[in-house]
Amino acid sequence: MLSPVWLILIGTAATLAATRIPRAFAALFGAASALALFAIALGYVGAIGDDGAIAAPFWSVPSLGIAGGLRVDGLSLVFLLLIAGIGALIFIYAHAYLAGDPRLRRLVAVLILFMTAMAGAVTADDIVVLFVFWELTSLASFFLVGYDHENPAARRAALQALLVTGAGGLALLGGLIPIALAAETTSLSGILAAREAVLAHPAAIPAMLLVIAGCFAKSAQVPLHFWLPNAMAAPTPVSAYLHSATMVKLGVYLLARLNPLYQDEALWQTILAGFGIATAATGMAMAFRETDLKRVLAQTTVAALGTLVMLIGIAPDLSIAAAVTFLVVHAFYKAALFMVAGIVDHETGLRDASALRGLARAMPLTALAATLAAFSMSGLPPFVGFVAKELIYEAKLDLGPGSIALLGLGFLVNAATVAIAGIMSYRLFFGAPTPTPNKPHDPPAAMLAGPIILAVLGLIAGLLPALLGGAFVEPAAAAILGRPVAVPLKLWHGFNTVLMLSAATIVVGVMLYLAWGPLVPRFKALRVVDRFAPAAAYERGLAALIALAESCTRNIQHGSLRGYLRTLFLVLAIATLATLILRGGAAWPAADNLGDPRLLLFAAMLIGAVATAMARTAIAAVLALGLVGFSIALIFLTFGAPDVAFTQFSVETLMVAILAAALLRLPLRRADMRSAREKRGDAGVAILVGLAVTLVLASVLATPFDPSLSLWFGENSAAAAHGRNVVNVILVDFRALDTLGEITVLAIAAFAVAALLRKGAAK
Amino acid sequence: MSNSLILSVSAPLLLWMPLAASLYVLLRGHNEPGGGFIGGLLAGVGLIFHAIAFGAAPTRKLLRLAPTSYCAIGVLLAAASGIPALLGAAGPYLTHLWWFPDIGVVLPLGTTILFDAGVYVTVVGTVATLFLALMEEETL
Repeated sequence: MLSPVWLILIGTAATLAATRIPRAFAALFGAASALALFAIALGYVGAIGDDGAIAAPFWSVPSLGIAGGLRVDGLSLVFLLLIAGIGALIFIYAHAYLAGDPRLRRLVAVLILFMTAMAGAVTADDIVVLFVFWELTSLASFFLVGYDHENPAARRAALQALLVTGAGGLALLGGLIPIALAAETTSLSGILAAREAVLAHPAAIPAMLLVIAGCFAKSAQVPLHFWLPNAMAAPTPVSAYLHSATMVKLGVYLLARLNPLYQDEALWQTILAGFGIATAATGMAMAFRETDLKRVLAQTTVAALGTLVMLIGIAPDLSIAAAVTFLVVHAFYKAALFMVAGIVDHETGLRDASALRGLARAMPLTALAATLAAFSMSGLPPFVGFVAKELIYEAKLDLGPGSIALLGLGFLVNAATVAIAGIMSYRLFFGAPTPTPNKPHDPPAAMLAGPIILAVLGLIAGLLPALLGGAFVEPAAAAILGRPVAVPLKLWHGFNTVLMLSAATIVVGVMLYLAWGPLVPRFKALRVVDRFAPAAAYERGLAALIALAESCTRNIQHGSLRGYLRTLFLVLAIATLATLILRGGAAWPAADNLGDPRLLLFAAMLIGAVATAMARTAIAAVLALGLVGFSIALIFLTFGAPDVAFTQFSVETLMVAILAAALLRLPLRRADMRSAREKRGDAGVAILVGLAVTLVLASVLATPFDPSLSLWFGENSAAAAHGRNVVNVILVDFRALDTLGEITVLAIAAFAVAALLRKGAAK
Repeated sequence: MSNSLILSVSAPLLLWMPLAASLYVLLRGHNEPGGGFIGGLLAGVGLIFHAIAFGAAPTRKLLRLAPTSYCAIGVLLAAASGIPALLGAAGPYLTHLWWFPDIGVVLPLGTTILFDAGVYVTVVGTVATLFLALMEEETL
């Protein structure tokens, strides 16, 4: 058994290596790395100990409160196996599907990166680690949705997915921070153990709501569901992998992971169950407005995610077991059906459900895979979908009379699922064939392997439900509930209410299937949905944001250098004066050394400043400013700061040289072009800044001087840092990190200048 | 650049003197006024004299590397000076280490000089970048 850290190490190495592999083998290399992850994950089956987890603390940053680590428990294991297993099949599928694509290596590299990030996210035992991997999956999704980057629709969809899930990520972070503060640890298991403290925190409820919002954005819950169907702009292997089987379930994963914390909170239950069932119903209704095979499937994925969230919300043992089972079932059949949709698209050139029929004769093996997967989706015995559906019905019935709404809507959702399963199999593959742009035939074995293996797995799991239950569902449910559970999975429950409901579902589902043809155009015609859907709100919000940004740019980044300076100085003056007033006004220091001859230097400085302001030409102003600078340097020198004076002298010298270089090309004798009114305005700003700075400095001098720092540095400079020049010792030793930051800024400024004045530098 | 005979004759001196002074200032900085910042500025003054006297291209040639490379090298030098502390587990990053080898006299050597040299090189690079770019800019 290998440590979970290897999952990340192998994944990272494979991501880096993927761009170096010959293109013909890139996808197969991806499959091999997925299989390596799968093998590691398989090693954990049965090895999860009595405490229900394999922990691998691997790094920590104690000063930042990060006690990093990975931890595999039943829930992580189910996700790991799905991520790596389906990943391997997807890579094999992509090998044929995208054969000859010039950018295949990039796709494979990002897919491996995504797989690694998913493995990291579901094994992270630290919220910081979890968050980093979480965001990495969103980024990978952005690149994969926008893979066809020359298509504007794909770019828009990628941006939409990134903005929605990214905003969700911020919400999640906002929620996780107070939780970590309350629990006094960033460790996930630590947070779950500190349940009372987390719930007692004053920000407990807002934190919970933020976490829920983040998970909802990721898992496409109403009203943040609209990005998922648009993400179908991605190539089919990506849709099948990210946007049905894995990434979109990450939100569900985190809700499940945090369920032990909140499961007894009525608000948690209500929100999850309410939004979950609303999402399920919305997804199914929207599925009847689509004919594009991939978009139909995407809408049913939204519905399935809603069902999962709802099941976590209602939370007795049975519903959690149902959630885990349904999670696995859905991953199997949905990934299979997506791959089938991709095959149909690839081989016929069409993916419009209303224009395709009778493909079974030309592509029998594809039809077989689609039919098996559709049976599981419909919840027909002996497929595992049946087991999951029975569990869901049973869980809802257990809730008693209060669950009528859940049960009713759930019934309709399931019936609609049956209808869509019929569309994806019977309607597509049977009946009289329709003409297609390409002559259809079964695809190469690499493309068939995925759907057939997954569809057959659905059958095997249905026939051996105890295996699925004992090895996977029960450990996962135990992790979600925070205590051991025993929910034996059974295919046959006898003749009871649940079976009646199942039968009724099939009947209504078949009726919906028969009505599909006329129903879809009617649903599509409901334009009002488009106008008031959250997607429209997103578009309006985005447009408003861009307008705001444009107006800000117009008003702030107007390009007038003088305007920038005026704004900067005005803000500086107002902010300073406001702070002074709010903090109780300025103070005046006692002046006890008015006879000091060094005051003459100040007089010189003052003369320089007045001369600068009065100067008629630029060169005169530069020279007058030099007087100010050198006076300041002399002041530093006479008041015991030789280092600062030294620097000031050098800077003044350089300044003159640099200005001379710049001014050589400027009309030096040109008079001031400002109007009298502008001059008065600028003078006002200048006086205001001078006043503010003077008042601040006076107030600073009026406060009693605390010499403890100077004394400390004076005492320790030679003793601890072997240097007598305290200023330099502070720069290079005591505060070396600050200096490192400063010279980095210096270097960046130099790069910026080099880039801006590139024309000269290129010579 | 400049057609002044006096300047072009004295320019080598005006380059090497500030450079030598800058190294002296850099080295003595730990105990007397000086250090990487001031040293770097002084060296920059020398380079500027050179550029004014001979033009930007000969100065670039003199530098061999692109001026921005000096910035990068300087930052890397300073950043690297903190690594020995991590390797020897002497403390947090940028804890400076000292040796006192006896070569007739005791010579105090610390990783601080590496850090200060990094500051010096960065400042030289920045000044050179700025000045040479401005000199060569035609559309200013």
